[in-house]
Amino acid sequence: MSEASAPTAVTTERLGHWYREMLRIRLFEDKVQELFLRNLVQGTTHLCQGQEAVSVGVSAALTPDDYVTMTYRGHGQALARGMDMEGIFAELMGKQTGVSRGLGGSMHLTDKDLNLIGCFAIVGAGLPVAVGAGMSAKLRGDGRVSVTFFGDGATNIGTFHEALNMASVWQAPVIFVIENNLYGEYTPMRKTTPIDDLAERARPFRMPGVVVDGNDVERVYAAAREAVDRARRGGGPSLLECKTYRHRGHSRTDPGKYRPDDEVKAWLARDPLLITGARLRSAGALTEDQDAGLRSELQAQVDASAERAEQADVATLADAKASTYAS
Amino acid sequence: MAELSFREAIAAGIAQEMERDPLVYFIGEDVGAAGGVFKATVGLFERFGPERVRDTPISEQAIIGAAMGAAMTGLRPVAEIMFSDFLATCWDMVANQVAKTRYMTDGQVSLPLVIRTANGGGTRFGAQHSQSLENWAMAVPGLKVVAPSTPADAKGLLAAAIRDPDPVLVFEQKSLYGIKGEVPDGEHVDQLGTAAVRRTGQDCTIVALAAMVPKALAAAQQLESLGIDASVIDVRSLVPLDTRTILGDVRRTGWLFTVEENPRLCGWGAEIASIVADECFDDLDGPIVRITTPHIPLPAADVLEDMAMPSVDRIVETVKGGMR
Repeated sequence: MSEASAPTAVTTERLGHWYREMLRIRLFEDKVQELFLRNLVQGTTHLCQGQEAVSVGVSAALTPDDYVTMTYRGHGQALARGMDMEGIFAELMGKQTGVSRGLGGSMHLTDKDLNLIGCFAIVGAGLPVAVGAGMSAKLRGDGRVSVTFFGDGATNIGTFHEALNMASVWQAPVIFVIENNLYGEYTPMRKTTPIDDLAERARPFRMPGVVVDGNDVERVYAAAREAVDRARRGGGPSLLECKTYRHRGHSRTDPGKYRPDDEVKAWLARDPLLITGARLRSAGALTEDQDAGLRSELQAQVDASAERAEQADVATLADAKASTYAS
Repeated sequence: MAELSFREAIAAGIAQEMERDPLVYFIGEDVGAAGGVFKATVGLFERFGPERVRDTPISEQAIIGAAMGAAMTGLRPVAEIMFSDFLATCWDMVANQVAKTRYMTDGQVSLPLVIRTANGGGTRFGAQHSQSLENWAMAVPGLKVVAPSTPADAKGLLAAAIRDPDPVLVFEQKSLYGIKGEVPDGEHVDQLGTAAVRRTGQDCTIVALAAMVPKALAAAQQLESLGIDASVIDVRSLVPLDTRTILGDVRRTGWLFTVEENPRLCGWGAEIASIVADECFDDLDGPIVRITTPHIPLPAADVLEDMAMPSVDRIVETVKGGMR
């Protein structure tokens, strides 16, 4: 296991783009929360405010051909990968224009065209699937890599160990990305897991394990880039632990009261938007006016997408029936 | 026509499809160099190499997950779960992931994959290596389910499963691996969702699956000497289910008996009984009777296992008694 090395310099322009992406995800998630309270989004949602740097930093290290699997807390990754915002809102609201016409819902955002091949609502299920996608690329020799996002809780489920072992013995081009937000649902990690750094779990499987500040998009990108390059070169899988924090509770009914106030305060001070925003400001690339302008531009985009989704027709089961089997 | 054993027919079916389509590949525990614990995949490793015939760790979740990921990205994997009982260790991957993906993604992601597994009793392996679990798969929307009873069907249905765009579970009744039968020469591809009428009789219809088919046929022969002329229908495919063939025969004979290796509750025969009651109640001359294993874990001892599973004698007695 190692600490991620200092990030290689990226252009201010690129950093600015990542800031914009993270902000877009933040405003989207805030909007989902609002729609939820207005009862326009039903069921459950798992929001990712605070964890945007992981989605954006890792996605920036990929090409459109690479495969991605994610989890029920996947809105950020879906957006970072380029999924249509209105389609996601519509999916959450059960509309015909949803990315899966309301059949999938919040926990199953999928877009085959973006190689977002699967979104898994059962903890740990995406990991072996990512190994299969990686092996598929390896068998074809097309140089693609496979990335799977999952939470800290998934490192205690069997599929984590099966998948890392299999990926290692087969030298599959897979990057296992832990979004360690320190809580498995409502329970702090220290009560469920005997180690602090989950990247340690790479070692028995003879693959590199790296701890990275998951709230620093540059560091996430640099570490992901290294792992992606290695996998593409035929160097096999890696485990990347991004330490981060969710600003909200586990899911919609959870206010997250089990977390100490000072802990929450400390992490809010390390908000990925603050970290990157400060860096841009000190580089003279983001004035307060520009920041405010960007926020209102993105807010208008988010509001308009949600509005269009809200106006769309509700999903119907009749359309869906044809999809149980392809034949 | 060549005479092949059931296990040779399995290997021949996989080989036929791997030869035809370079996207077909095969993974499982001991399936490669060892040729499979039931020797149903002998020769594939030598013929197609370790990249396409891949031995796995003992990791059923990862086996099914890896097959799923491969199917999502353009391959046509065949995964072996050594004993169907082990499906319990990877049921999340099968029932929650594989089965639901196509529907949940509104058809964006298809999963052309096959899960082969050795199923059923008669081999004295005890309760955790002898279950007849095709009902589990049948109960999950999104899975297709077949269970061949002859070497020709083993090859033909397996080939059809590999070519199918959806996930198909192929349950191979392990006491059948050694039986021999004629298999058509050259390319042989059967059709999912079709039952086979193995014997046409005038008096009653016996519907059976996999290893229960030869027992039903033997019973029909004995029943003939007792003056009862029975049809025997080999269901072959539980999902899709060939209700037309079954209903057609029952309408003609007026009597239905199902022979199921599975424990009694919620067996596939109950579903067929329900369909028949719905569709042709007026054609029935008496109650539908299910012949099953009792609702117990299958015992290990040979005498006990034989008592539990439907036998030729039990089929004969039940049909005779039922029609009296």
